[in-house]
Amino acid sequence: MLRIHCPHCGLRDYTEFQYGGDASKPRPAHSDTNRSHWHAHVFLFDNPKGLHREYWQHRLGCRQWLIVDRDTASNLIKQVQIGPIAPASAP
Amino acid sequence: MTQRVAQPMTHPRRSRYSALALLRHALRPTPWSRAWRAATPKSNYDVIIVGGGGHGLATAYYLAANHGIRNIAVLEKSYIGSGNVGRNTTLVRSNYLLDGNTQFFEHSLKLWESLSHTLNYNVMLSQRGQVVLAHNPGQLDVLARKGNTMLLNGIDAELLDRGDVMRALPYLDYSDECRFPIYGGLLQRRAGTVRHDAVAWGYARAASELGVDIIENCEVTGFIESEGRITGVNTSQGRIHAGRTAIAVAGHSSHLAAMAGLRLPIESHLLQAFVTEAIKPMVDHVISFGAELFYLSQSDKGGLVFGGHIDGFNSYTSRGQFPKVQDVAECAVALIPSISRLRLLRHWGGIQDMTPDGSPFIGRTVRRDLYFNGGWCYQGFKATPASGWCFAHTIAHEEEHPLIKHLALDRFERHNGFDEYGLGLWPYRQ
Repeated sequence: MLRIHCPHCGLRDYTEFQYGGDASKPRPAHSDTNRSHWHAHVFLFDNPKGLHREYWQHRLGCRQWLIVDRDTASNLIKQVQIGPIAPASAP
Repeated sequence: MTQRVAQPMTHPRRSRYSALALLRHALRPTPWSRAWRAATPKSNYDVIIVGGGGHGLATAYYLAANHGIRNIAVLEKSYIGSGNVGRNTTLVRSNYLLDGNTQFFEHSLKLWESLSHTLNYNVMLSQRGQVVLAHNPGQLDVLARKGNTMLLNGIDAELLDRGDVMRALPYLDYSDECRFPIYGGLLQRRAGTVRHDAVAWGYARAASELGVDIIENCEVTGFIESEGRITGVNTSQGRIHAGRTAIAVAGHSSHLAAMAGLRLPIESHLLQAFVTEAIKPMVDHVISFGAELFYLSQSDKGGLVFGGHIDGFNSYTSRGQFPKVQDVAECAVALIPSISRLRLLRHWGGIQDMTPDGSPFIGRTVRRDLYFNGGWCYQGFKATPASGWCFAHTIAHEEEHPLIKHLALDRFERHNGFDEYGLGLWPYRQ
């Protein structure tokens, strides 16, 4: 089972977390009115076979958002960082 | 094992499969000829299709059969049938709600119904009927609306009340303690299952017979560009030029499209499927649970075949997470308590394209002479014939077939997302 080392709570099963998608894309400035910038931010993905920077929320733990660097071909986690209060692109 | 010997490049007419041919071979045993030629790549083709899965082979077949384009190569990085076409739960149906999907999947089901004759290959279509269950009055209303939409489009649909479901599927849980009581369901009698390997083999054989070169163990490593056009591919078997190049590699679409400089609205996700030990004939329909995404049927060998949701995070690992096994097993037992003691014989994971709105993409790309087919989410197998049919039309006419106009690759840029289930915006939540 995939396990994530939460910086607050320690090593936990992934079932305690909610996946929040690609965290590698910088959000366009709020005043940016260029549609293609927003389209790329919301809808286009690099979808790499390899290292992927992604959001996870520790829903059944500290409820904090984390930024996880995980290899999508092996599920090995390279790094877990404390994320923003709420990611821009997740529900 | 004997070495396969490549046959010459002429196209001898293969013997047709028939009861008479079977009898002839039984009386005078001679080896059956290869189902398709072992081709070596030429330097130039009218059309190259990257991906020898169901959709790629169907596209090649319909290009040759419907549009008279026969100088075609299908490039497969492994062997025919090694990908998702041989790793799915084999369901076919056309019970969709949204205008566009309804007609597209009904076209597909009609093609399934005649496919064995079209290909001269028994794809073992079994129209055993599919029941989608409703577990509350609201769900039954939604199914009634879907059924009416189907009827208005000339598709068969029957709304079942609780009594009808009890008569058709007596082994479901109708007890008072049942967590998800059954209110009714929607039956499509023409839905059912197909032998998935036979689909790959049948399309490959029929396409090969029309002159299509099916080249296995040929991995594409890049695209050739000249004057703003895509003019071919570099492969593990050398450089191959083409007038038009088409991608049909769902599961790995992003990887291949990136070689042509495209970023796609696609993430790769892992979907698991399961087969139990064989039991006597019991489930003679395809059943879809209404409380969770879960579907179950019984194979000809007797095993119960079922599947559920994707694991829920980007993955190319092909190894499923155990909690999802538990989820799916819980769904199975909630639906049919009597199968709780069955053991799982097989269990596997496949990589599928997931899109923000749960709908696929077929059509042209921003690169000239490069065509794209992918993003099939859960519904790739049942769409195989119609996908090939419409993609072939699109490649031959350089314009999208009317049935797939809503599946354009740039639809999100035009605010035209096409969300059948209303789950919206996040590929990993579809």
